[in-house]
Amino acid sequence: MTTPDKTIDEARERRKIKCVKKMKEIMTHYYIDAKTAADQGKKVAWITSGGPVEPLIAMDVIPVYPENHAAMIGASKMGVDLCIQSEEMGYAPDLCSYARADIACAPVEGGPIGGLPRPDMLICCNNICGTVLKWYEAQARFFKVPLFILDTPFCHTEFSEEARRYVRRQIDEYIQFLEQHCGRPFDRERMNAVGRLSIEGQRLWQAVLDTTTHKPAPMSAFDAFFHLALIVTLRGTQTVVDYYTELLQEMQARIAQGISAVENEEYRLLWDNLPIWFRTRWLSEKFAAHNACLVADTYTSAWCSSLQYLREDDFVDTMAEGYSRIYLNIGVDAMAESVMAMIDKYQADGLVMHSNRSCKPYSLGQYDIQRIVREKKKLPTLMIEADMVDERLFAEGPTATRIDAFMEMLKAGQNGARA
Amino acid sequence: MAARPFYQDAVDDPYAYAARWKEKQQKPVVAHFCSYTPEELIWAAGALPLRIFGQSERIVAADTHLQSYSCSLVRGALEDALAGRLDFADGFVFPHTCDSIQRLSDIWRLNVPHGFHLDAVLPVKLDTPSARDYLRDIVARFGRDLGHNLGIDISAEALAATVTLYNRLRAGLQALYRLRSERPAVISSSAVHAISRAAMVMDREAFADGLDSLLAELAGCEQPPATRKRLVLSGGLCSMPDIYNLIETAGGDVVWDDFCTGSRYFDGQIGDEQPWLAGIADRYRERMVCPAKHMDLTRRGAHLVDLVAATRADGVIFVLLKFCDPHAFDYPYMKGMLDTAGIPSLLFEIEDQQISAGQVRTRCEAFIEML
Ligand code: SF4
Ligand code: SF4
Repeated sequence: MTTPDKTIDEARERRKIKCVKKMKEIMTHYYIDAKTAADQGKKVAWITSGGPVEPLIAMDVIPVYPENHAAMIGASKMGVDLCIQSEEMGYAPDLCSYARADIACAPVEGGPIGGLPRPDMLICCNNICGTVLKWYEAQARFFKVPLFILDTPFCHTEFSEEARRYVRRQIDEYIQFLEQHCGRPFDRERMNAVGRLSIEGQRLWQAVLDTTTHKPAPMSAFDAFFHLALIVTLRGTQTVVDYYTELLQEMQARIAQGISAVENEEYRLLWDNLPIWFRTRWLSEKFAAHNACLVADTYTSAWCSSLQYLREDDFVDTMAEGYSRIYLNIGVDAMAESVMAMIDKYQADGLVMHSNRSCKPYSLGQYDIQRIVREKKKLPTLMIEADMVDERLFAEGPTATRIDAFMEMLKAGQNGARA
Repeated sequence: MAARPFYQDAVDDPYAYAARWKEKQQKPVVAHFCSYTPEELIWAAGALPLRIFGQSERIVAADTHLQSYSCSLVRGALEDALAGRLDFADGFVFPHTCDSIQRLSDIWRLNVPHGFHLDAVLPVKLDTPSARDYLRDIVARFGRDLGHNLGIDISAEALAATVTLYNRLRAGLQALYRLRSERPAVISSSAVHAISRAAMVMDREAFADGLDSLLAELAGCEQPPATRKRLVLSGGLCSMPDIYNLIETAGGDVVWDDFCTGSRYFDGQIGDEQPWLAGIADRYRERMVCPAKHMDLTRRGAHLVDLVAATRADGVIFVLLKFCDPHAFDYPYMKGMLDTAGIPSLLFEIEDQQISAGQVRTRCEAFIEML
């Protein structure tokens, strides 16, 4: 190579997303806030990632996400140790590694930030999986705090009238639960304001993700994995709206300046399932080396997947449906439709699927989605066997070989198509 | 040598039994996956409710749809369907239980062309008034959907007769378990297990009659009180290896269990009050809860401790199916509660139907010796 190192560094520097620093500050602040909640006279609620956080924000309860924490555990490569500890506690190694890491963390205050703040209450919504139900039961036994379960019946082919009534009633029960455990009445006005901010935040997040429809994409799914934290943890606050507004501007500026996530983007790929947290860097470089950019993913877009059901002027009434019809709570065929719509929208050339040992609702059915995409879109697909946190379930060598082979196939196909 | 037991055909080959039943009766067979299927409605609709346990040992076709980390019940059942072994069934019912069954339903709907497909999306929590109402709604809806698919209206008389029959059948199973617990030498635990399994396969009237005569016969048996070690089994044997013989050979008597293919099937009666549908739904909230559903935080553990006391058992053997999340999540706390109560326990994790008999026997023997 003749390019001087300086130019490489400059190009790299130019590609760095500037908002990252701010995001880190917000998250640090948030965790300090959560850890000092008791001093501020505030309550802490642990909540599942797909759970309805808006009523908590409206009640000034600090929401804490064990899943976000478990992702940090994975990214900081502390997963294996904690998983082993959970096995010593009697938990089978086949269970979700988020759950295992969190359960092992609780008694020892382990993990990268010295444990999560103790919960005053637990809010579990099973719209993502049945695992969270068992996980939150275990934590409710351990912490001896009240547990509220929002039961969102699975929508195989429909969201039934029966389910609609049931979930709507539970929203009222949820509000009563909060009133009881916070010792003060629920403020509807405040809730409406939070609902509006939540919807605005989700729209902005979708807009950020949509900037990658531009060729070349100004950011990649790996960036989305990072910037996702806010829409998960602080949905319904002004902070999220401000942050994503800024991020969106940065992305638009990048497009205007021709800055792309991958230097010579030639191939555009769609990612399915959770990230492999302990190998995001490696994977991102691996694909970039093939001039391939993961332009979108099914995971980070899940937090705006039910926007169509939510209404600003009536958040409380519409959230029942919104929270029931999110990406993971629908049938495999509906998921396949959604994957294909994303392939079209982001003009993807291939699909990379992470068969995630931990997450059965996400992974079982992937083989069928893969087949449907192959048949209907005639696109090459790759299945990577791994886990989001437990490194023992990942084999780097074979994965690298499979990625190379997949990329060769994709390149050959593209050349053929162009010829 | 006694005559062939009344339940043997249904246990040896449930699919062949059901197919024969269908031909002889000229009535439909509706297959399903879990004890939360309101199977009373299937029977009242004139069909045979058939619980699928998953027979296939060699997984070939199902491997292209399911990852290796799904439980053997889910994989085995799909294999059976894809291999055409379930072609005789008129329809399939998927009650909402665990994440694996949930996805199995989708995969089945997309790949098994044969038979109608019904999802009964039951609540996951059972302990609130809104969950009770939703459960009743879903049971009622299941009745309508089922009737629609079978082209019949389930009559009030048929329902009343079914409730009577099921209450009799469940009382019979309860009596059989009690007998086994009080006088283990009268009947082997593997026979009791086979009978429980047959209850989920056989013509329910023929079963109830067969069971009643067997009970009458056994009531007269004079047997010495057993002196062997008394064990309670706990866990989720959706697909059951023959662990009973191993335990008996090792010197233990199984005196009770908390399986959905065992005591949970007959636990609880349907109330006399109308409407019947509400009674069928409410029974699910009164009987012991499955780990895929929420009741309270320690119900299953407390129940197990109580069972051990009530049956004067010496210890508990947990039998868990590999990749079964709901059961694996409950195991540590349930074992913890046993430990606190001073009740010894042993854990077997079973990968699939092939169980390493030698290993299980050795561990069973060591455990029983220690008791
Ligand atoms: S990774 Fe999957 S199984 Fe684990 S908590 Fe998330 S949705 Fe549930
Ligand atoms: S054995 Fe466990 S994982 Fe398998 S179907 Fe039954 S409850 Fe689900």
